[in-house]
Amino acid sequence: MARIEFTPQLRRFTETPAIETGAATLRAALEDAFAANPRLRGYVLDDQAHLRANVVVFIDGQRCRDRVALDDGLRADSRIHVMQALSGG
Amino acid sequence: MDDRAWVATRKGLFELRRSGASGGKWAIAHVSFLGEPVSMLLAPQPSGRMLAALNLGHFGAKLHASDDGGRSWQEVGVPTYPTQPEGAEGAPWKLVLIWSLEAAGKTLWAGTLPGGLFRSDDGAASWQLIDSLWQRPERLEWFGGGYDVPGIHSICPHPQRPGEVLLGISCGGAWITADDGANWALRAKGMRAAFMPPERADDQNIQDPHLIVRCAARPEVLWCQHHNGIFRSTDNGASWHEITSAPLSSFGFAVAVHPGDPDSAWFAPAIADQTRVPVDGALVVNRTRDGGRSFETLRDGLPQRDCYDLVYRHGLVVGADGRALLMGSTTGQLWASDDGGESWTTVAAHLPPIHALRFG
Repeated sequence: MARIEFTPQLRRFTETPAIETGAATLRAALEDAFAANPRLRGYVLDDQAHLRANVVVFIDGQRCRDRVALDDGLRADSRIHVMQALSGG
Repeated sequence: MDDRAWVATRKGLFELRRSGASGGKWAIAHVSFLGEPVSMLLAPQPSGRMLAALNLGHFGAKLHASDDGGRSWQEVGVPTYPTQPEGAEGAPWKLVLIWSLEAAGKTLWAGTLPGGLFRSDDGAASWQLIDSLWQRPERLEWFGGGYDVPGIHSICPHPQRPGEVLLGISCGGAWITADDGANWALRAKGMRAAFMPPERADDQNIQDPHLIVRCAARPEVLWCQHHNGIFRSTDNGASWHEITSAPLSSFGFAVAVHPGDPDSAWFAPAIADQTRVPVDGALVVNRTRDGGRSFETLRDGLPQRDCYDLVYRHGLVVGADGRALLMGSTTGQLWASDDGGESWTTVAAHLPPIHALRFG
């Protein structure tokens, strides 16, 4: 099973369960996580269901390619990390 | 007398209380959302509910509600734009910031960047985009003022006519609805935009009213601190008249109007749009008590040298008695007056940048 984990920074705002998923694409995996915690969707995706500008997703150590379609493919044992891009002061 | 107020800052929401029974000095009583940017708040309503709008840099704009005066909070629905049609022009249909929050009876209004107005009739559990304004073709002519996209910073419900609301938009002029949002009309005739080519200076739809406020007792009187000066309307926004008699500078962001006296208003001038600091390094408040025919420049208790504080649009408010004032700067200083601005005291000198102040 692929596994998706969220930055601990998100725990200040909402629950971030680690999800095991059989999803074949990044978007499908995210949807599995949102099913576990619907509030999480708005923290990761914007109004148009695109990846938020300052959120970054790594799949097996590589940054995801498409921030709009989120159609990067997953392996059965992929490790997905949803992180925040560093910014601010 | 108002004995509670709220300070929304770059790094938290601060509750202010007066010390003693009544009339004492303001002091910070409680902090919520420490570390998080709070873009706007709605003070507790008759129901007890208050709202805080967060602008989480990475994770978007959020809205939280409290029913116990800010001691505990729960996340509630946030205004969300509908799916953007293929090829739709203009700014992306994505919530950037909740810039204004107002209540009119049980209806809650939220003004946002990139220019959408939302309403909630269920206490902020859910929000609906006011499509009748969003779909106006004029919206595509709006542009950002201080931000990349346009935004609604002023929401002025008519206190005697339910369903009537006037908006201030940077940069999109002023708009009014008299039928609870079903129809909208421009309401910026008389404003003047020096930042446009001369042939479009009078265009109502691209004006930059930094803030519009309404006199509670005489709601047909509105005051506007505009990018290019001070304007006043005595006919509910049907026409605006420029006031050029303010000393030092007519540039600024904030304006507060006396709730019971439509001729009394306060301003926090800065040098000019290209130099957004106090004139001569001395912070002042300009006050008129005769509808703008004359002004007094009030300095007592405010820093008079080496001061570079800017009072942003939501950083100057007046209480229900017309004498209590609070003023906060983008460098985190907060001042209070209890005599209509004649004299000021420092409430806090080292707050985060102040986004908004509210009594209540």
